[in-house]
Amino acid sequence: MTSHALILTSGLIAMASGFPALVLPRSNAVQALTSLILLAGNAAGAFAVRGWWMEGPTPPLAFPSPFDGLSVGIAIDGVSAAFLVPVLLVTSLASIYGLGYWRQSEHPENGVRVGLFLGLLSGAMTVIVTARDGLMFLAGWETMAVAAFFLVAAEDHIRETRMAAWLYLAASHLATLCAFGTFLLLYAINGTYEFVPIRETGTAASTALVLLALVGFGTKAGIMPLHVWLPSAHAQAPSHVSAVMSGLLIKMGIYGLVRVAMLVPDMPAEWGLFVLAIGTVSAILGVAFAVGQHDIKRLLAYHSIENIGIIVMGLGLALVGRSVGNPVWTLLGISGAILHVWNHALFKSLLFLGAGSVIHGAGTREIDRLGGLGKRMPVTATCFLIGAVAICGLPPLNGFVSELLIYIGLFRVATGADASTASVAALAAPGLALVGALAVACFVKVHGIVFLGAPRTPEAAKAHESSFVMLGPMAALAACCVVIGVVPLAVAPILDVAAAAFTGGVAGPASLAESAPLAAISGVAGLFAGFLAAGALFLGVRGVGRAPRSLTWDCGYAAPSARMQYTSSSFAETLVHLFSWALRPETHRPAIKALFPDDAHFESHVRDTVLEKALFPLTRGVLWLFSWARYLQAGNLQASLMYILAVILFLLLWR
Amino acid sequence: MFESFPFVSVVHILVVLVAPPLLPGVINRVKAIFAGRRGQPLLQTYYDIVKLIRKESVLSETTTWVFLFGPVAAVSTGLLAALLVPLGNASAPLSFEGDLILLAYALALGRFFTMAAALDTGSAFEGMGAAREATYACLAEPALFLGLIAIARLTGGLSLDGMLGPALLHGWSVAAESLLLVLISWFVVLLVENCRIPFDDPNTHLELTMIHEVMVLDHSGPAFGMVLYGASLKLFVFSALVVRLAFPVRTGSEPLDWIVVLAGTIGVAVGVGVIESTLARLRLTSIPALLTGAGVLSLFGMILALVH
Repeated sequence: MTSHALILTSGLIAMASGFPALVLPRSNAVQALTSLILLAGNAAGAFAVRGWWMEGPTPPLAFPSPFDGLSVGIAIDGVSAAFLVPVLLVTSLASIYGLGYWRQSEHPENGVRVGLFLGLLSGAMTVIVTARDGLMFLAGWETMAVAAFFLVAAEDHIRETRMAAWLYLAASHLATLCAFGTFLLLYAINGTYEFVPIRETGTAASTALVLLALVGFGTKAGIMPLHVWLPSAHAQAPSHVSAVMSGLLIKMGIYGLVRVAMLVPDMPAEWGLFVLAIGTVSAILGVAFAVGQHDIKRLLAYHSIENIGIIVMGLGLALVGRSVGNPVWTLLGISGAILHVWNHALFKSLLFLGAGSVIHGAGTREIDRLGGLGKRMPVTATCFLIGAVAICGLPPLNGFVSELLIYIGLFRVATGADASTASVAALAAPGLALVGALAVACFVKVHGIVFLGAPRTPEAAKAHESSFVMLGPMAALAACCVVIGVVPLAVAPILDVAAAAFTGGVAGPASLAESAPLAAISGVAGLFAGFLAAGALFLGVRGVGRAPRSLTWDCGYAAPSARMQYTSSSFAETLVHLFSWALRPETHRPAIKALFPDDAHFESHVRDTVLEKALFPLTRGVLWLFSWARYLQAGNLQASLMYILAVILFLLLWR
Repeated sequence: MFESFPFVSVVHILVVLVAPPLLPGVINRVKAIFAGRRGQPLLQTYYDIVKLIRKESVLSETTTWVFLFGPVAAVSTGLLAALLVPLGNASAPLSFEGDLILLAYALALGRFFTMAAALDTGSAFEGMGAAREATYACLAEPALFLGLIAIARLTGGLSLDGMLGPALLHGWSVAAESLLLVLISWFVVLLVENCRIPFDDPNTHLELTMIHEVMVLDHSGPAFGMVLYGASLKLFVFSALVVRLAFPVRTGSEPLDWIVVLAGTIGVAVGVGVIESTLARLRLTSIPALLTGAGVLSLFGMILALVH
């Protein structure tokens, strides 16, 4: 069996993994069987990728078709392989985690459903990234979109969940519509649905194709301001589903953008700069909205928008490099983007699984109702901390490596290009620095308020650590974050091949190992580990760990209570205020009227500005505009007959 | 990067290990002179650190391992950063393309764990300090990076060695106005990153208004000694950056180059002392405006470097 056939088989096995559970009795054992089938499918996929890596390029697996130009095919190339690795890994780990988090015995009404659609979603993503033509791609795309709808709607007895699912479905349809438009235009230009690069560019059709792809795939990826569906869908879905959606599903939008960029090889440099600019804006606003959230899963969802922005920045950099013919910029941009796809898939699913473990252990998503969980859930807390440091792009973990590649690329453009091109990169790099600092603020807040300090509620004080089934996948993801961060050279060959595929086989002059200080990163990580070990040893020798324990020294206050701690809202207050022009925070504060005021309470929310301030008013306006049309449909039979008569009369007279 | 490990690197490491605690002493001496006092000994910070290391410590019941990891991370990241900044006439012990980003991110890692350690105590005061530190860093970071872009554009280098070396001298000769703006902006960044007046008063007695000092209220004994050392390392790193930006000169004589840089960092400390003696601390609510101003200065510096 060729690796192309094997990868298709793997996708089909994954898709089918949930079907046996439909006819078998509903039990935890059958749920484990579902997971096992998915794992088997993914293992086959891993062998397919390995086989492809060993044997090199082979002709795609094509299916004969009765119509001209309607062939469908499957093949792995460098870009496919780079997206397949996280898809296979993260869906497997999420499925294992689900056995502990979403046990059939605890969720009798939707356990089977979640397993079924998780398998469909996993297999569909495998099909998407290996499709060689628009038809196969769209088949996978729509399967993925619909499967994810049912996953978001898993707990459909909750009103918020139904709202989130409908919003997701509407946004998803917009994305699908644009994807259809993109590939129809491809057919109109090339005469085939196959992914063959467009030779004539600059025409209206090719411009429209790129714009449709940007809107459609941008909606799926969650680029600001097309992100409106993302926060509520990620918050309401079961946590292991959120991990797959945030880690992988939105990356399919990125994959679509990369694939379309490969279809249009001759783009003007301005388009690349535009993509770089929207990536920067998306990253900054995404993290700014995240800072204001106090629901841990909504907060993580906004960080997805931030990280998608960083990935899009890398893609824009690569497009600029390709347009001006600078292979080093292209290499740094596309490998930074793809490595960030990997990294985000790893640390964001780790964080969502960690959030799930918190929800499982303490029963709430509200950050301000948690606290001190580090003592009761030490493994979850440590894994979450690794994910938090990684997502902030801090050394020596994986987020630093991909951001470093993009930074070096931006600095190279800022120092090497003409002033107008350089200016965009010269603003994007400090933008990325701002994003990094805001992410640090946000994740210190989340980790500090949730896991450190004292429990704020009795539920948080009674929290319990999760089972091994849930901790194992988290530990595996955390280990991946460390390995890529410490030994980035290990992934460089895959990124080189992906970059070569992106540039259409015209390999750059240099490999990533020569264009970026990947070996130096390993050396620095080793040195840093030595410093940390020496510092810890020093404190250990001085016996600090066994020091006598006492109350926190609260400036002499002897009876501090857990409610006196800083909360996530107070931590973020100044930053939310600084970004209030975009975040539009809603606060309800008590008005003090009398000398001795009554009990009062204070509330502050950061809602989604685009959704609440732009989209909802717009939809209301459209509904109002068309409300007159309802007069025609009074539900009156005589009136309807009269309309028919009027139309017939009109047609007779007109002729 | 480790294959050549020359004598100057040994000197660099020794200087980094020994010199930093001198700077707070210099600042305090300048402030004492302004106030008409005799002041503490110049080496007071060394005495403090030695005394703290020998003392016992007390831990809060609320804390976990993160609380003790904070000081360890602060010193480790400070040392790492100090090994990246070129000091004498040779290159820094750690130097590679893109090391400027590692410098900024290593310091951010130290900040991450200092703030996490503060939140670990569950004290509202320490949470307040951490929130302020996080907020002001968001405004200081873009100013730092805009300056780095301006220097990279003028020198064509992507490592601190190339950027803060002789190529920068050429930069001063062709675009002095750009670098001057960056220099002013970086000095403001130095003040805020090290929590000096007008952003934070390290000598204030009111915890409610502090930033850095309030985050480490609960640390004691050897861990607090590490906090003090880490803070002086950070001050040293920023001072060295400012000095190398202002005087990228190489005299030709190896000892003289070291003296220039060390005298320069002491000069920066004197400057900080003068500012602390003559300025009042800003109200917390007006700090963002000053930091945005520093960012805008850097932005203009960057634009001048672009169109140059």
